[in-house]
Amino acid sequence: MSTRTFKIWRGDSAGGEFHQYDAEVDEGMVVLDVLHRIQALQANDLAIRWNCKAGKCGSCSMEINGRPSLACMTRMNTFGPDEVITVQPLKAFPVIKDLTCDVSWNYEQNKRIAPFKPKPRGRDGEHRMYQQDVDRVQEFRKCIECFLCQDVCHVVRDRGRKDAFVGPRFMVRLASLEMHPLDDDDRIPEIKKEYGSGMCNITKCCTDTCPEHINITDNGIIPLKERVVDRYYDPLARLARLFAGRRVRTKTRTEEQSG
Amino acid sequence: MNVSEIQTFEHDVLVIGAGGAGLRAAIECSARGLNTGVISKSLLGKAHTVMAEGGMAASLGNVDRRDNWKIHFRDTMRGGKFLNQWRMAELHAKQAPDRVRELEEWGAVFDRTPDGLINQRNFGGHRYPRLAHVGDRTGLELIRTLQDHGVHQGIHFHMECTALRLLLDGGRIAGVAGYWRETGRFVLFRTSAVIMATGGGGKAWNVTSNSWEYTGDGAALAYEAGAELMDLEFTQFHPTGMVWPPSVRGTLVTEGVRGDGGILLNNKGERFMFNYIPKRFAPETADTILEADKWPEDPSARRPPELLTRDVVARAIRAEVQAGRGSPHGGAFLDIASRRPAESIKRKLPSMYHQFKELAEVDITTTPMEVGPTLHYFMGGIRVDADTQQTNVPGLFACGECAAGLHGANRLGGNSLSDLIVFGRLAGVGVAAYLSDSTSTPRPDDEQITAAFREATGILNRETGENPYLMHEALQEVMSTNVGIVRTGEELQIAVEQLKALKVRAQNLKAPGTSQYNPGWHEALSVKSLLIVGEAVARAAFIREESRGAHTRLDFEGERDECARFNVVTKKGPGGEMQVQKVERADPPEELAAIANATLEDLEGGRVG
Ligand SMILES: Cc1cc2nc3c(=O)[nH]c(=O)nc-3n(C[C@H](O)[C@H](O)[C@H](O)COP(=O)(O)OP(=O)(O)OC[C@H]3O[C@@H](n4cnc5c(N)ncnc54)[C@H](O)[C@@H]3O)c2cc1C
Ligand code: SF4
Ligand code: SF4
Ligand code: FES
Repeated sequence: MSTRTFKIWRGDSAGGEFHQYDAEVDEGMVVLDVLHRIQALQANDLAIRWNCKAGKCGSCSMEINGRPSLACMTRMNTFGPDEVITVQPLKAFPVIKDLTCDVSWNYEQNKRIAPFKPKPRGRDGEHRMYQQDVDRVQEFRKCIECFLCQDVCHVVRDRGRKDAFVGPRFMVRLASLEMHPLDDDDRIPEIKKEYGSGMCNITKCCTDTCPEHINITDNGIIPLKERVVDRYYDPLARLARLFAGRRVRTKTRTEEQSG
Repeated sequence: MNVSEIQTFEHDVLVIGAGGAGLRAAIECSARGLNTGVISKSLLGKAHTVMAEGGMAASLGNVDRRDNWKIHFRDTMRGGKFLNQWRMAELHAKQAPDRVRELEEWGAVFDRTPDGLINQRNFGGHRYPRLAHVGDRTGLELIRTLQDHGVHQGIHFHMECTALRLLLDGGRIAGVAGYWRETGRFVLFRTSAVIMATGGGGKAWNVTSNSWEYTGDGAALAYEAGAELMDLEFTQFHPTGMVWPPSVRGTLVTEGVRGDGGILLNNKGERFMFNYIPKRFAPETADTILEADKWPEDPSARRPPELLTRDVVARAIRAEVQAGRGSPHGGAFLDIASRRPAESIKRKLPSMYHQFKELAEVDITTTPMEVGPTLHYFMGGIRVDADTQQTNVPGLFACGECAAGLHGANRLGGNSLSDLIVFGRLAGVGVAAYLSDSTSTPRPDDEQITAAFREATGILNRETGENPYLMHEALQEVMSTNVGIVRTGEELQIAVEQLKALKVRAQNLKAPGTSQYNPGWHEALSVKSLLIVGEAVARAAFIREESRGAHTRLDFEGERDECARFNVVTKKGPGGEMQVQKVERADPPEELAAIANATLEDLEGGRVG
């Protein structure tokens, strides 16, 4: 057991400041454990979100020593012995109180995305999909909606372009639909026009921060951008579409390589 | 307080809870044209369901064609030690396959078999590979699928909104009083029907796989409104929770580890489960390591004893630890490292791999895990009608973990996620039928509404009082010490007495600060639910004088035939006292009894049912 110093941002939409707390820390603890101890003994009304305490629900997102992190997956032994631990709410969203912020904008983006539209079932009444064809989609569906990627994306965060870009989380969601073997909707026009795929300039900050290790940029956003380019700037693809009279799924390079 | 000034919503039906059960129920209500509201304590997509790992059980027969609803039904009844409601077990086994396929229609992407169908994995107590799954994050897939589908169905979602009390008009449901977490403001829902889908109450124990939300609110609110609770003595201790480091004690290690070949060892390196095979399961369980190791590749090999039902495995681990054969931190070793190649472990159990790596600094592809029992699931809960999910309170329905009946004395892994979608849907059907029959709109009187809010504000306004967090810890101490995995009549009585004393102290809880996003206040409010549920569990456990399924009495060893004839039902008496009684079970339809009691050979050969 040792005593550690925490600086926790406390306040609400009207403003706030860092408060200092000293807390006893036991072996194996994560930041969330220490915050709970502070909450139980020193600051009963400290606002924190959490649910699973195992990195599965994406509730406990906050900035820990400046880094957007899950508090339940940040072990205390990753800090230096005398390091002060500074904890504050995500910056990309309006603060509600202390470490909680208003993430409702994200739920609004999700609602804008057209629902999954399944192809008809096969004659045997089954949907057949093969594991190698769903691996990529399953990677995207690992997302726990922690919104850490939204927090680090400079388009959402600093440039405040929430009106023009849905952010990496929802690019991942769009990719999971666009690459879903059973989805029968044409999503490319909206990905370009509505959701702002062009706003991303591939800094990869989102990928670096994703606690689920989803390769947001390389596997999600870049292939989507390529599909947009193929569709809008590739005359051959356009012609083919005209003749086929329906959508042609222009495969991306990576997909061809992986077969 | 003037009721007309309180923010008010009107819905045909209000669903309390946005886990798998609540979402599926809301989708059904909405599809039937009802104005549907949903409230939940957390944000959308964060309910407990998101944590489920292993899978959902449905006899799709994709991996083993011999599987069918009858065998699933039989497994469920046997797992529940024949205390399940027959009709619920039947509906569940029959409807689960369609509900799982429906998820695929809404975008779910399950792991696939080589021929492109939904893959299914083995789990304890299930005869065949039956659990549709996505690696070890099946709950996330379920909740996200329902959420993404649900937001387009015109449902009104009210997030971070907590129900405080059910409001009645002449005994019928008339509304719900609640508060917003974010602002602390009160809110009134006027509605003629409520579906409870609030999950369990594991937070009454200190070692649990459950999150802060699991404070038994649904059962407590329903109880206060006059509903009957049932089977509360059956609290499931999952055999494999993490035991080290202390801060993650209780966090779940999925049964999928054993389903995929993991074995349990004591500190002498013995596979001790061979010493704990109950008679009922002996004919279907391997009795030598040689045979167990051949399973599942060799179809003639019987299942390894690690896959016995959870009650059996949890008690075995506890017995090994007590006999001095435990692991260094008081558990057993769960070894998959020596059984499967590292790559396959990482692929099939990715979140377990990360959980141990990041929280315990253990690499499960090279080192055995240390595991021990953790309070995991409430088989008991609100008593409902099997077909409509309606309680004895008109207009009040319940589904999912907060409802009782499907699982009897012990739940099989994977039967909860399928429970949510089967009975979530049926609750929606039930509500639609109830509303189409009702002619007048019930209205709650103002006094009920203001009383609910006065009680809540008292906690904030009091000058001084007890710390709600420490009160919660005291309650957990009582339950863990006296209402644990094995019980005695004497300890259960002590628990009831101690809970009574806590109830008195709880009148004087004090939360400092304002009502805006104040977890101390919320904690104080949930202590009330926990006290009701804790007392109901202890009292029910006291009057069941036998050991059956998840309920083990040291002073009454073994199952007793006469105890198979009743369920324990709890309700609030006229003087506010808790009444606990044995309610006789109806005889099952002959056809179902025949299926449940048939040998596997007869069922598989189509000779029964
Ligand atoms: C770690 C873990 C792994 C599991 N793995 C599996 C598995 O592999 N297979 C399986 O079948 N089962 C599994 N289970 C069990 C299963 O996940 C749960 O039983 C199931 O998800 C419960 O779902 P539910 O819809 O009933 O409730 P939940 O998903 O818990 O949702 C409850 C909802 O009610 C809300 N609520 C509660 N009280 C109030 C209130 N007062 N006011 C407003 N809202 C309220 C909550 O906010 C929440 O939205 C697992 C459980 C755990 C803990
Ligand atoms: S790669 Fe694109 S989406 Fe990701 S953080 Fe950078 S700009 Fe944002
Ligand atoms: S993509 Fe990753 S970082 Fe972004 S919300 Fe999902 S899990 Fe979090
Ligand atoms: S509490 Fe669920 S991710 Fe941290």
